[in-house]
Amino acid sequence: MDKNALVDMFAQTEDTSLATPGMNRATIIFLILIVLGLGCGVLSFIFGHPAIYNTSRESPWGILIATYAFWAITSTGLCIYAAISHLFGGTKMAIVSNRMVWMSIVCIMGAFATIGVEIASPHRMIIYNILSPNPTSNIWWMGTLYGLAVGCMIVEFFGIVSGMARIAVVLGTAGAIAEVLANSCLGGVFATLPSRPYWYGGQLPIYFLTAAFLSGACATILFNWLAFRIRGAEMNDAVKSAMKSAGKAMTMVLILYSVATFWRLIMYYVGGAELGRLAAGALINGPLSVNFWVIEVTIGLIIPLLLLILSRLSNVGMMAFAGLLVLIGQFAARYDLIVAGLMVPADLGWDNVATYGGYYPSFFEWGVIVGSISVVCFGFLLGERVFGKVFTQKEH
Amino acid sequence: MNIKELEKEQNEGVDTLPSEERRKFLQIGLTVTGVFLGGTVLSLASVKNAKGSATNVGSLLPVEGQYPYTKHYSMAIRQNHCVGCEKCMEACVETNHVPTGHGAWRTKIQERVTTVDGVEKQEFRPILCNHCNRPPCVRVCPTKATYKDPETGIVKMDYSKCIGCTTCMAACPYNARYFNHDKYAIDKCNFCLDTRLAAGEKETACAAACPANVRVFGDLKDTSSDVYKVLHEPDNKIWVLRPETGALPNIYYTNA
Repeated sequence: MDKNALVDMFAQTEDTSLATPGMNRATIIFLILIVLGLGCGVLSFIFGHPAIYNTSRESPWGILIATYAFWAITSTGLCIYAAISHLFGGTKMAIVSNRMVWMSIVCIMGAFATIGVEIASPHRMIIYNILSPNPTSNIWWMGTLYGLAVGCMIVEFFGIVSGMARIAVVLGTAGAIAEVLANSCLGGVFATLPSRPYWYGGQLPIYFLTAAFLSGACATILFNWLAFRIRGAEMNDAVKSAMKSAGKAMTMVLILYSVATFWRLIMYYVGGAELGRLAAGALINGPLSVNFWVIEVTIGLIIPLLLLILSRLSNVGMMAFAGLLVLIGQFAARYDLIVAGLMVPADLGWDNVATYGGYYPSFFEWGVIVGSISVVCFGFLLGERVFGKVFTQKEH
Repeated sequence: MNIKELEKEQNEGVDTLPSEERRKFLQIGLTVTGVFLGGTVLSLASVKNAKGSATNVGSLLPVEGQYPYTKHYSMAIRQNHCVGCEKCMEACVETNHVPTGHGAWRTKIQERVTTVDGVEKQEFRPILCNHCNRPPCVRVCPTKATYKDPETGIVKMDYSKCIGCTTCMAACPYNARYFNHDKYAIDKCNFCLDTRLAAGEKETACAAACPANVRVFGDLKDTSSDVYKVLHEPDNKIWVLRPETGALPNIYYTNA
């Protein structure tokens, strides 16, 4: 494809109605926040990761791994719904599936940006993930499959904008399969560690997949509502109908996820390892209890469910707000899961160690989170501006 | 010989039996019942031949003849002999250039006070990498930066491959891994493989520095080694830390 063809392609996809000073200003602000936020992470390569982040020998993972997991899980959800719409066709959500593919790519970029500054030597990762792969490592499979998924989705998206439907469907399906497997391996990273009883067990990979279906439905409604909001446009009936379908999925998975959360925590109180029970106690009545009861449960599960009922799945604004609350709750859930899993020391009873370790995020870790959120916001605005017309096409 | 004739024989007792015979008898019991030393010990199998555990259910120690490594370095820690002088820690830092800060240590002495029959008792417990036979850190490493040395069974690091994802730190049941700022990689105890064993020394720095001979280091495959003798003495009760993780550690604790 020569340069002119590329220019022509963008001319057909861009939404010039968004070429407004306000949009430009917002885009630049997010770009600055990316530089500042991820800049906090880049400092770790100058001053050393232990100096910049509050992770430690006892708690080697913290809020940045939670952020990575949050964006990766959201990306998987968006990708699954888009693939189902594309593959089977005729579903009501198909009309917004192109936007979902784009946002799935954007969300995984937010995840990659976070993990890129979290791990100590990403340059070694690029080399030795290829030269010295370990097939028993969940981390290796997760990284490889997410890399494969994003590659598939980028080609799929190219197929969408260039009108090559067959490529888009095939690569979209491959990308979704890779995303689901990668998500499963992400759950496996935690689930296969017997040293951490709070994580160990077969439930976590399914739990993460359920979270992906939940976050994906929420992100679908939220980003579509925002897309119409920034244009000052009313949703047409077809998009409203798509939102209603996403709302149904969101309601159903919200209930399933709540049930899974309930049983997951009950299990620690009926037997098993004491370390797991103590970690669960951190959420129930310990140092993470405010996070759990207020953000995870009340803001992230109960209020959104009430809002969904009140909206009768027709008030898209209310559903989008419910979606935002669920996503906030999901972020807290990832944080609580990771921190609780590590915060009870294995050598409890010796050296007068406290029952709960004292991890809290550093200023720079919060900075990286602002950076990763800005990556997603910037990607959203860029997509609406450059590919806006593609996002409103019915199907490819 | 029928049972009636056997009844007429005088019982020769066990006092005259050589210890080798008694040990063989115990081993028969171990094979048949799967319980070794009163059921206090758990299974241990080679990493390559995990089936070993099925034939040695109930034992912590590897099945003889199924050692997967050329040498099988292990350590027996005679915990009740430890007085917490920390000379082992000093020797380790000096020998292996363990950096200070960022929670870096390869071995340390833990301490606690327990009350037994109304009497307070101070306990010390040396800890270090357990060089597990099913090392969780090795399984999770994405780039094989940490691996089990096939010659010695020691869990080693290839610093140049370490991406610093710290999954090995999360996976280790023994908190045995730390971030080495100088190498910008995860680091750990390697039984002084590069600093002492490679130079022909027979002991690790911590074992050599211990004034109470708490740490008995050696090749478990060598039946004449001290570590073999301590761990195969039938009167010695042996235990390992966190056996429930299935990591099959090679650091054994005893009060011998």
